Amino acid sequence: MSRYILKRILICIPTLVAITFIIFTIMSYTPGDVTRMILGQEATPEAMKELAHQMGLDKPFFVRYANYMVHLLQGDMGVSYRSGQSVFLEIIHRFPITLKLAFGSMCIAIAVGLLLGILAAVKQYSILDFFGTALAMLLASVPYFWLGLMMILLFSLKLGLLPSMGSNTWVHFILPSITVCVGSTAAILRLTRTTMLETIRQDYIRTARAKGQTEGKIIFKHALKNALLPVITVIGIEFGSLLGGAVVVESVFSLNGVGSLLLQAIRLKDTPQVTGCAVFLAFFFMMIMLAVDILYAYIDPRIKARYQNS
Amino acid sequence: MLEKLLEIKDLSVVYHTDEAHVYAVNAINLEIGARETIGLVGETGAGKTTTALAILRLLPEKTGHITQGEILFKGEDLLKKSKREMRGIRGAHISMIFQDPMTSLNPTITVGDQIYESLLIHNYEGKPRDELYKRVDELLELVGIPARRRKDYPHQFSGGMKQRVVISIALACQPQLLIADEPTTALDVTIQAQVLAMMYDLKEKLQTSMIMITHDLGVVAQTCDKVAIMYAGEIIEFGLAEDIFESDQHHPYTTGLFGSIPDLDIEADRLNPIEGLMPDPTALPCGCKFHPRCKLCMEICKTTLPPQWHEGDHMISCHLYSREK
Repeated sequence: MSRYILKRILICIPTLVAITFIIFTIMSYTPGDVTRMILGQEATPEAMKELAHQMGLDKPFFVRYANYMVHLLQGDMGVSYRSGQSVFLEIIHRFPITLKLAFGSMCIAIAVGLLLGILAAVKQYSILDFFGTALAMLLASVPYFWLGLMMILLFSLKLGLLPSMGSNTWVHFILPSITVCVGSTAAILRLTRTTMLETIRQDYIRTARAKGQTEGKIIFKHALKNALLPVITVIGIEFGSLLGGAVVVESVFSLNGVGSLLLQAIRLKDTPQVTGCAVFLAFFFMMIMLAVDILYAYIDPRIKARYQNS
Repeated sequence: MLEKLLEIKDLSVVYHTDEAHVYAVNAINLEIGARETIGLVGETGAGKTTTALAILRLLPEKTGHITQGEILFKGEDLLKKSKREMRGIRGAHISMIFQDPMTSLNPTITVGDQIYESLLIHNYEGKPRDELYKRVDELLELVGIPARRRKDYPHQFSGGMKQRVVISIALACQPQLLIADEPTTALDVTIQAQVLAMMYDLKEKLQTSMIMITHDLGVVAQTCDKVAIMYAGEIIEFGLAEDIFESDQHHPYTTGLFGSIPDLDIEADRLNPIEGLMPDPTALPCGCKFHPRCKLCMEICKTTLPPQWHEGDHMISCHLYSREK
């Protein structure tokens, strides 16, 4: 098992190299001049050239990339062009906010999605099933930014119940978490319903019934564990993409998370910051997927056996 | 005559689907005495499994409906029991062994725990955990699996071993009636004999009655006291094993079944099947259900339900015999 985990961590390295290369290339060959961004519109060409030389921007692409990689492999993500601070420290400083948002919304998504998904499957073709499926469709098609704005209008402005911006207490995270969770909720709900429907038709469910087991135990002990595998994968993917993808919601609710940091960095062509954020988020994403795979082994003994053999 | 354990009276089961009504079981009568083994024989789709599921009230809730009849278990009608009472009967008094051992066990739970679950559900005396697990070990040994494999998962067992586990689950609470739904169909022939012999021994040891559902006449000959031949949801012939295997008088369908078993001593170029297919259960033919395939079909067979001919325990539902009388 530990060999399998080690192998998976090693596989992350080529992926990260590829990611840095792609981001670095995009940042280098898209229009826009960093030196002008820093010095402002009135800067003289001489001053810009001087600054470019100081920053090493006049060197060929591959030399710059190699330089960056050498530093990265030593754990140095470089210094932000914008603030002059360590890229890594800026990310770490803002990451808790993103993590809280992602975590909060995943908790809601899992609770609502799993529960409604199970109910919809168990009571197939009932009102509940209809309601669940309709809700999933609605949630999947609502745009985040619109929902966020509407919720601010209703809960913050009209009713004055919840804060619309800031990140000081957990109360601040309620509205953004609900806003971000809708897509994941829909995905989890639909998938749970499908896999549960499939599972409760399995022969071993009939075996459990033939033993005289109660319906509740049949659903939660026999069916859920088997239906959960694909759902866990989706939860992992959704969680990972929330870490990097909550950009719009972060700006709607003025949360200073990694998403808004990344957006800001892209606007300013802050290459070290953009690449740093991407590497950080990608690494985190891969760790989540690894955790999902390890979780698999604990749910399904057949997968555990396969890991141990490989 | 042994006391009656289970009596099925006039039982009919219909599956309602969006497209059609499937008449799976049509007014069957069956009696099973204590410690008796009855073979329920027929082709795929004859209604054997539906009958078994109806006894346990495990028909699919939305589609399967029992339209008439009674199922008396020790004199009490199972169809009138509440869901809760049925749960108390399933597994404890009536157990079922399913056809495919590969899919009958939950892949994420150890075999020991799956047997343990059966014991725990019906643990009315509140026996402690240790005692129940000791019983799990006993049950595993009983079906010929070393007790140390209790913590293994189903995927670590072969098909035959899995079926042994399924059997030990079914026998865990020492039920009075065991329904075995083609227990050996999914197994290799070499394993079939082993499993059958083991089931027979256990049944004798535990004094359980058994309904052996099968389409294999060889299995019936090995294990059953009485045999019911089903065709298109009806029991068309019933009798002691001797009646079925040795008597000269048979329903033409039974004759066809025996005729379709190849004989090593007689040289034949082709197998000798019963021509045609089982009738469409959504639109069963009038009169005798077998008449479209029957070689001895008469005019009356096409219009009138055949009467039952009796001789001792032997019953045949066919017009051929009513005329002789």
